[in-house]
Amino acid sequence: MQEVLKQLAVCIERGKTNRDSKYPADLAGTDGAAELTQSALNQNISPWDILNLALLPAMQSVGEKFRDSKIFIPEVLIASRAMNASMEILKPYFISGELKLKGKIILGTVTGDLHDIGKNLLKMVLEGGGWEVIDLGVDVKVEKFVEAVKNNPARFVGLSALLTTTMLNMKEIVAGLKKEFPGLLIVIGGAPVNQSFADEINADAYFPDPAGMLHYVDSKYLNGEL
Amino acid sequence: MGKLLELLKRKRFLVSDGAWGTQLMKLGLESSQCPEIWNITNKNIVYSVAKNYVDAGADIIGTNSFGANIFKLSHFNLSEKIFEINKTAAEISREAAGNDVLVIGSTGPTGKFLITGEVTFDDLYETFTKQSAAFEEGGADAVCFETFYDIDEAKCAIKAAKENTALEIICSFTFDQTTDGNYKTMMGLSPETVLSELLDSGADIIGSNCGNGFQQIVRVAEKFRLKNARIPLIIQANAGLPQIINGQLIYSESPDRIENSVRDLLELNVNIIGGCCGTTPEHIRVIRKLVDEHLQII
Repeated sequence: MQEVLKQLAVCIERGKTNRDSKYPADLAGTDGAAELTQSALNQNISPWDILNLALLPAMQSVGEKFRDSKIFIPEVLIASRAMNASMEILKPYFISGELKLKGKIILGTVTGDLHDIGKNLLKMVLEGGGWEVIDLGVDVKVEKFVEAVKNNPARFVGLSALLTTTMLNMKEIVAGLKKEFPGLLIVIGGAPVNQSFADEINADAYFPDPAGMLHYVDSKYLNGEL
Repeated sequence: MGKLLELLKRKRFLVSDGAWGTQLMKLGLESSQCPEIWNITNKNIVYSVAKNYVDAGADIIGTNSFGANIFKLSHFNLSEKIFEINKTAAEISREAAGNDVLVIGSTGPTGKFLITGEVTFDDLYETFTKQSAAFEEGGADAVCFETFYDIDEAKCAIKAAKENTALEIICSFTFDQTTDGNYKTMMGLSPETVLSELLDSGADIIGSNCGNGFQQIVRVAEKFRLKNARIPLIIQANAGLPQIINGQLIYSESPDRIENSVRDLLELNVNIIGGCCGTTPEHIRVIRKLVDEHLQII
């Protein structure tokens, strides 16, 4: 792989957005994700290679390190910021159709629950994996999920809850969505939920971390199941 | 010395209250409602939660104000009532507490990150100032910043309470067990680091709450104590992890199952023990009994 792509992957993983960003301290004053993405394009490296050889693998590694408690929320936040800086430069190629995202995923924190940290982390990791995320925010009722799937045909919906009291609301949302869209795959997550709860409410999958869901949707994508 | 540290000096070990949210749910609060508006609309029910903890033997009780910050209230179009809601929360607990029990104003984190720039230090300072000042006016003795995970937000909260009230300050963090068996906040800080930073910021009492139950939180208390033998510690654990049985939420640590862990906490010289999500007045009765027994032995 070209040197510039290796450097770019390091900048994404470590959250070095651009030359001006002060963090991480040991990379101060060097080119960041934004400059390296531009110089890769200047070297005639294809946008496809930039995305698939540098950006996506770097963010996948971020998701896995987070899963393994090697890094924590701050590191994911800054890595995601660096990823966004690169994606901004690649934007014209997405608009022209030369680059495509893998598909749409709809996310929301369920009825009665205002916690969005977990959902936002998931969004960062899924976007970092090359997916378009439609974020419905917090306290999202079943009607809003149904309307969102109607307006944005998607194969996956992710439901998040932090509270033991609000996780119970997932049941109604799963039932409402399944009734309208039988082929939809619904993934649940959040501190109080687990696999047996997912089974009980008829959700298709549960993952304890964002990397788990990314792996799940990626494998469906690679198997041509979308 | 404030009232809380004085009481602690006199009694050596104190019992605090248990859960509020799960208790209010049992009494009819819907998950789509703002729990704190009940301070105004369902005062008697909120009072009954406070009174049940006083009757169960608590030396200090909290308030129904955990999520009453500007950000969460604005979701319910209630941000303009922030002072009234928090002041009333303190007044209700004050009335239930009578003369012998102290009131600590419960304050949760905002859920916003300084690091992403979604809020500024001034935004946070403003909401924590309003909550703390309202507690003081409502008759609280201390403010309790609990379930925190971000040290920068905690420092801001402590600064706001210190600069704008005379309340004593409790600050309690939540830790998760990592895959390698350590305990870290979700931002990646260890109990030892959190303790040092909070001490430097001027918190009077430091601790941990929520988490995965009494049995696990003993490990966090141990790390605090090894780092500092003298600082007053508060531990308020969840009643274990919840399971859904026949559509009902059942917490794994029933009152009879926490006895050994509470004894462990007392051995570690944890000064204030109470409960978090899923705990009930029955849990507090058990803790009261064990604290009294411990006081007779030492």
